[in-house]
Amino acid sequence: MARRILTALVGAAVMGIGAHAASAATLDDVKAKGFVQCGVNTGLAGFAAPDASGNWSGFDVDYCKAIAAAIFADGTKVKYTPTSAKERFPALQSGEVDVLARNTTWTINRDTALGFNFRPVNYYDGQGFMVRKGLNVKSALELSGAAVCVQTGTTTELNLADYFKSNNLQYNPVVFEKLEEVNAAYDAGRCDVYTTDQSGLYSLRLTLSKPDDHMILPEIISKEPLGPAVRQGDDQWFDIVSWVHYALIQAEEFGVTQANVEEMKKSPNPDVQRFLGVEADSKIGTDIGLTNEWAVNIIKAVGNYGEVFDRNIGAGSPLKIERGLNALWSKGGIQYAPPVR
Amino acid sequence: MAIGVTTTPEKSKPSGSIMNDPQVRGIFYQVITVVILVALVYWIADNTIQNLKRANIASGYGFLNGRAGFDVGQSLIAYTSDSTYGRALVVGFFNTLLVAVTGIITATIIGFVVGIGRLSHNWLIAKLSLAYVEVFRNIPPLLVIFFWYSGVLAVLPQPRESAALPLNIFLNNRGIAFPKPVFGDGSQYVFYTFVIAVIASFFLARYARIKQEATGQRFPLLWTVLGLVIGLPLLAFLATGSPITFDVPVAGKFNLTGGSVIGPEFLSLFLALSFYTAAFIAEIVRAGIRGVSKGQSEAAHALGVRPGLTTRLVVVPQAMRIIIPPLTSQYLNLTKNSSLAIAIGYADLVAVGGTILNQTGQAIEVVSIWIIVYLSLSLTTSLLMNWFNARMALVER
Ligand SMILES: N[C@@H](CCC(=O)N[C@@H](CS)C(=O)NCC(=O)O)C(=O)O
Repeated sequence: MARRILTALVGAAVMGIGAHAASAATLDDVKAKGFVQCGVNTGLAGFAAPDASGNWSGFDVDYCKAIAAAIFADGTKVKYTPTSAKERFPALQSGEVDVLARNTTWTINRDTALGFNFRPVNYYDGQGFMVRKGLNVKSALELSGAAVCVQTGTTTELNLADYFKSNNLQYNPVVFEKLEEVNAAYDAGRCDVYTTDQSGLYSLRLTLSKPDDHMILPEIISKEPLGPAVRQGDDQWFDIVSWVHYALIQAEEFGVTQANVEEMKKSPNPDVQRFLGVEADSKIGTDIGLTNEWAVNIIKAVGNYGEVFDRNIGAGSPLKIERGLNALWSKGGIQYAPPVR
Repeated sequence: MAIGVTTTPEKSKPSGSIMNDPQVRGIFYQVITVVILVALVYWIADNTIQNLKRANIASGYGFLNGRAGFDVGQSLIAYTSDSTYGRALVVGFFNTLLVAVTGIITATIIGFVVGIGRLSHNWLIAKLSLAYVEVFRNIPPLLVIFFWYSGVLAVLPQPRESAALPLNIFLNNRGIAFPKPVFGDGSQYVFYTFVIAVIASFFLARYARIKQEATGQRFPLLWTVLGLVIGLPLLAFLATGSPITFDVPVAGKFNLTGGSVIGPEFLSLFLALSFYTAAFIAEIVRAGIRGVSKGQSEAAHALGVRPGLTTRLVVVPQAMRIIIPPLTSQYLNLTKNSSLAIAIGYADLVAVGGTILNQTGQAIEVVSIWIIVYLSLSLTTSLLMNWFNARMALVER
């Protein structure tokens, strides 16, 4: 009995301490443990997926690396926690992960009731539909009566319900918790339609047994601003995660790349000098709790936003997603960073 | 544990300290244990509330009245995305109940057949039954579920090539579609006569038993009851001008439309749970029958009772006393295993609750609802089975 009570006491104490740690300064915790614990998805090629030897890569993964680089000047100081759509929020709330970089849509509910903070949108997305070409469907409005595969715990399943309801269409939802289960069911013909963020569809289509038999319908039925999320109540950490994204955008705007970053330090442009931390007496990095080299370190680790995009999901990847809304504001898109000054 | 100390039979004389009295010491330890337990629970609850507050996470059960906003694949009650979260949970609860009850019934039937089969003198039947038990008992239930689900999906045809079965029943990888009865005007009489027939059969059964006990004559109960229960409603059906029609499934754009559909998720979960649990029930049944002493059936034979009747009237009633208690725990297992539904997307209580948990972030509230519901389900099952057990218990005359 005594032994059992002891175990219970220790367990409860650990719980209490754990919860406490989660609300302390995340940056200090991260520095103390020596790595960033990053919540990613379980495997969505292009966004976050491990290779055969367990090395993660992808658009979201590069954000984890960029955060680690900003703090440790070393993009490899990351540990990844794969999370399903459903697991991701408890993982962040409980402090199991320091940041969630996992194609997560910024919504008011998540920003308030769930206790998270969102700011930069690193990918402007929208929900789409994928069908078999053989069905001869040209528009989502022809989908009445279809069985639709969807992953639970997403904005996707909510948009789906609203879209079919507002267009007076019937459908039969087939809901799974894990991504592989949705994929397998759709591939086996359990559903006529697969719906998720359009970026996800591009990636998932390539994992099907016959990708060319499937097409993505033109309709985009929702706004899915995807971005990194952190817990409320730690402004410094929130700032760091936000400014990592802005640094990536700013670097693309200045034309600073992984290859030329050292070169660019010699740029006569004072804006670039300040950004790269070479301005005399600069406090640009120390004010946020990092070193003045923080932006340089990010760019050395992953390149600028354009490079991250191209390499993982854009022209240089099998996904070949267009920049579209995610082009810089100066090039017809809406990616924009506040001034670094 | 400390509690055991109280039942010390002998009273030792108090020599010196009062703590040497085992009775006092026993009470003392129990009080301490309770105090520590209460303090612990309080501390955990308080800590949780504090932490939720600090993390700015909303709490309380108010969210149950909010609009759910998501759809559920299969529902026994009316439900749309406009219904509340509370109603969505009820939908999930009924789905759990549905698969548990149908699973329990089927598992019991298969289990009894296989269990008796294991004792068969027929070599093939005995070995097949043995193989069944060993295969299903030794595979984790989750794998059995996946086996059925991928099997069902892989084997059944695509909707456009649905297999047509007799009676307008169709089979494809979206499930079994069958004609749905449409109740027109006057169909209530068919229902009334059915109820009357059932009540009449009940009294008839009593009459038959009393008559047999008094005179020893047996009444052809089975046929009379069948005639009543089928014949009376049929008469009413014809008399009211065939008010019940059928909505038959027909090929639509994506799948069959019309009729009723039982989806592959339910089918595979139901089959998996039934087959899996049946293996355990078979062993319980075999042990139960073995547990009835041989002398009982020999005595029956000596009295000239036929073998079939011997099994039914002498062996099984006695075996039931051994069978029922472990059977109860199999029923509880089946009910709890039904929560594996989540792996194949069947909308049971855990799946629907999980969706709600995620959309609202009310983890503690949803988990507490799960615990309470499963606990009540299990306790109810136990109560029912205990009652049944008491009825079957040896009545000494
Ligand atoms: N953006 C949506 C959907 C995000 C999402 O979870 N998408 C799925 C389908 S593309 C996914 O990434 N799943 C990966 C996984 O569960 O590991 C949201 O935040 O709710």
